Amino acid sequence: MIVADKKPIEEIIEYLKDHKNILILGCNECVTVCEAGGQKEVGVLASALRMHASKEGKEVKIDELTLERQCDREYLDELRDSIDQYDAVVSLACGVGVQFTAEQYHDKPIYPGVNTSFLGATEERGVWTERCQACGQCVLATTGGICPVARCAKRLFNGPCGGSTTGRCEINAEVDCAWQLIVDRLKALDKLDEYERLCPIKDWSTDRAGGPRKVVREDVKQ
Amino acid sequence: MPCTGKVDVIHIMRAFEKGADGVAVVGCLEGECHFNAGNLMARRRVEQAQKILETVGIGGERAQMYNLSSSEGPLFAKYATEMTEKIKALGPNPIRDAKNKAA
Repeated sequence: MIVADKKPIEEIIEYLKDHKNILILGCNECVTVCEAGGQKEVGVLASALRMHASKEGKEVKIDELTLERQCDREYLDELRDSIDQYDAVVSLACGVGVQFTAEQYHDKPIYPGVNTSFLGATEERGVWTERCQACGQCVLATTGGICPVARCAKRLFNGPCGGSTTGRCEINAEVDCAWQLIVDRLKALDKLDEYERLCPIKDWSTDRAGGPRKVVREDVKQ
Repeated sequence: MPCTGKVDVIHIMRAFEKGADGVAVVGCLEGECHFNAGNLMARRRVEQAQKILETVGIGGERAQMYNLSSSEGPLFAKYATEMTEKIKALGPNPIRDAKNKAA
């Protein structure tokens, strides 16, 4: 999932200082799972903002709504009839949702309520770690299911660098060396011979280096 | 609410939004939760609410967590008195004050 973290309330208060009718817009997908932008977080943020406004003696209307997704137009269309009553929206979706909402409602300021962090997994409640950088050309089949793009600080493709010590990365002793994990896993799979195979230079044009990306699927396209 | 394990940040926030001067969450003794960690989660949620209340200018001290067992009536009375004194010293919820001034 896309992992996000809550923005400090002070930052959101600053965005909204000149607005009087505000919609706090949550998303029922990834940001709900990582407890940053779901219905619950919408309620807490809206309540905090209402209290702050009341204390400052400002008359501000703050409504709450959580959409199924903000990265699909059909769900964003649910706002069509009510958007005009607001002069600003705080989207608690990931950066995709914020931008898609802004594209759909072009004349409305849409502020981000979370910091989108990475594509990751839930280690335990409250702990998420990065697993994928969406490089566009998956190599997991040859690396024992462990990604050297997302998990090696140097994105190395042919074994560890000299900074790998006792299975840890030189950037931080708490970070596993991705290549140590890969070797251990290949050993467990009895496929260590794959480690011997040289990985050719990766085509990074499918990564961000090639600019904003697009997937077109003719088989499902309408 | 019969169990602090059910207490969420929003419950505490709504109480203050409606004008409460203080909120005391009283849970079972730590380590004696029937559901293992309900009261520990409640404490973390109270701490989270305290941070938000501090940020928006209401004052984090207005929300407090206490723990006791069901047989400790006198201790409950002590905590209630302590909380009352604390809130009296802090004064009324600033939202109520602001609303009264605006009216």
